Amino acid sequence: MNQNKKLLEVENLTLQFDTDEGRITAVDNVSFSVAPGEVLGLVGESGSGKSVTAKSLMKLNPGNAIYSPETKIKLHLEDRSVDIMQLKSSKEMLVARGGSISMIFQEPMASFAPAITIGDQMVEQLLIHTDYSVVKAKKYSIEMLDRVGISDPDQRFKQYAFELSGGMRQRAMIAMALSTKPKLLIADEPTTALDVTIQLQVIELMKDLVKEFGMGILFITHDLGVIAQTADRVAVMYLGKLIEQGPVRDVIRNPSHPYTQGLIAALPKLDDLDAPLVAVAGDIPSPLERPSGCVFHTRCPVHLGGQCRSMVPDFSSVATGHAVACHLIDVSNVQQQKVAVS
Amino acid sequence: MNDKIKTPLISTKDLSVHYPLRSTKLFGPPPVVKAVEGVSINIAPGSFFGLVGESGSGKTTLGRALLKAAPITRGDVIYDDGEVSFDLTNIEKQDLQEYRRRAQLIFQDPYAALSPRMTVRDIIAEPLEVMGITKSREETDRRVREIAAKCRLNLEHLRRFPHAFSGGQRQRISIARALVSNPKFVVADESVAALDVSIQADVLNLLKEIQKEMGLAFLFISHDLSVVAHVCDYVAVMYLGRLVETAPTRQLFSAPRHPYTKALLSAIPSLDPDDYGKAEKLEGEIPSPTNPPPGCKFQTRCRFAIDICRSQEPKLETEDGHDVACHRWRELMEA
Repeated sequence: MNQNKKLLEVENLTLQFDTDEGRITAVDNVSFSVAPGEVLGLVGESGSGKSVTAKSLMKLNPGNAIYSPETKIKLHLEDRSVDIMQLKSSKEMLVARGGSISMIFQEPMASFAPAITIGDQMVEQLLIHTDYSVVKAKKYSIEMLDRVGISDPDQRFKQYAFELSGGMRQRAMIAMALSTKPKLLIADEPTTALDVTIQLQVIELMKDLVKEFGMGILFITHDLGVIAQTADRVAVMYLGKLIEQGPVRDVIRNPSHPYTQGLIAALPKLDDLDAPLVAVAGDIPSPLERPSGCVFHTRCPVHLGGQCRSMVPDFSSVATGHAVACHLIDVSNVQQQKVAVS
Repeated sequence: MNDKIKTPLISTKDLSVHYPLRSTKLFGPPPVVKAVEGVSINIAPGSFFGLVGESGSGKTTLGRALLKAAPITRGDVIYDDGEVSFDLTNIEKQDLQEYRRRAQLIFQDPYAALSPRMTVRDIIAEPLEVMGITKSREETDRRVREIAAKCRLNLEHLRRFPHAFSGGQRQRISIARALVSNPKFVVADESVAALDVSIQADVLNLLKEIQKEMGLAFLFISHDLSVVAHVCDYVAVMYLGRLVETAPTRQLFSAPRHPYTKALLSAIPSLDPDDYGKAEKLEGEIPSPTNPPPGCKFQTRCRFAIDICRSQEPKLETEDGHDVACHRWRELMEA
């Protein structure tokens, strides 16, 4: 991929939290990038650090968050590049918080203010981020509501979040996030709270909007099916580490990390009802007891023993743009690994 | 199906649950939410009965009604396990206590369902103590240990508090608590919805194992069709309080008859990225139960709806043990 065309580059993101029980490593040396018009899917279980990674891009993590000095989050805009880590005042932060980056959340009921109408909230952020007049902001907000498929946008504009259904609220959230014309949209589990039929509507809407606005999307979900249907590339996270990333077809059809393989095997599949459901053995360890070496070795069905327990695996490439952090994938081991897994 | 020959454990006839709302008008009767309307199902002993539908379809209310935890407005619910038989619409207080021992509920959210101030042992033992099933502390402890072992919890776990456990472990604790009174019928309401996929498979396998071992019947309520397909023997699909289709699992998934079931199946995100755009998209949302459309409740979103669908509500028709409520299912299957 062309280096110049990146929109977002995250390098060596390491994030720790100071808590009463000690210092917790939530994200450990994570690097990824998003190009304009590209959907990067970030998958992982709860506790894998996907959401805090997303929040780091807007520096929205709470006060006890400690970023390592190596962390770089570069946002390449048309006229300039900014390192979000270097932004200090809240005025400077505006570019990352709603200006060039917008975010939509899992539970839209919790992200809309309950006592302010949808319309007022949309207008307020437009007044902050653009030079629109109130009248123009209002007109544009109604246009956006219409664009995301909300019927009677004039009416909805005057309503409160609780008056809308779940699917409708998520559409309004998308309309609001896109009205400032962000370059990067962060979608944190945007369809998880929705029914499958509504989920499909929202996925198609988001795909259409990417085409129309040409922005990049960081799409966070635990659902591999949703990733398969939305993302161009996928990055798999486990316990704060990226363990595999690559083009979506490649990763889903030829998963190379034992964890990715386990995740795919654990999914109930409709085309084979007799296939037994195979769980990934054990539970995700508490972040207070982070395993040494490869973080997945405590649950790994094929781990090599000593090497996996003591050494953190580096990324090695298995196909074009498809990289895996696993000791089994060392070039010399590729053959053995195939045997071990099959 | 030989399920039909056995006496059903739970059988409902024309079961309805209506909730009156506060009157908005000065005169006239208050509006009524028909959460469940005219549902007739039979759940065979020892079976895994799936109930699917979108949020707002009434699946939770139906589950609660079968436990007599929601008011039954009309219709019959008969429980018959061979030892005792109850008519839930007309049950004595004493019988209801006995029914509570035989019918249990597993909740969706294992984080909210367990008291943070009780040890795991006390959480699991509480139903035994409250219902006065065991006579001595030793007996209680023995029962708790037995069921904990079945749910793959070890003795060490019993002394701890719930906060020390992960989601999957907590759900196993909830399951142990529900099963400790030795029920015959368990309602599992979205019991794996809050779990990660890697753990979900583990809990599903456990439920399946326990069901076979203890011979109990599950009503498995879920919005996730692929999960239902894997664990259930029989599936009922609900829409806006009505049953629209019920069939043995394989039959339902290989040849769905109702357009709504077809759309639900099609909307499950496929693991193959090249399937994008192939899913059949359902427009709109489930209508409000306070103001349901006339005729077939699905007609507002159904692309096959014709005049009769807008005026007349279809009845459940049975063919080859597969029920469907749709005016046009025959011609749609042929097409």
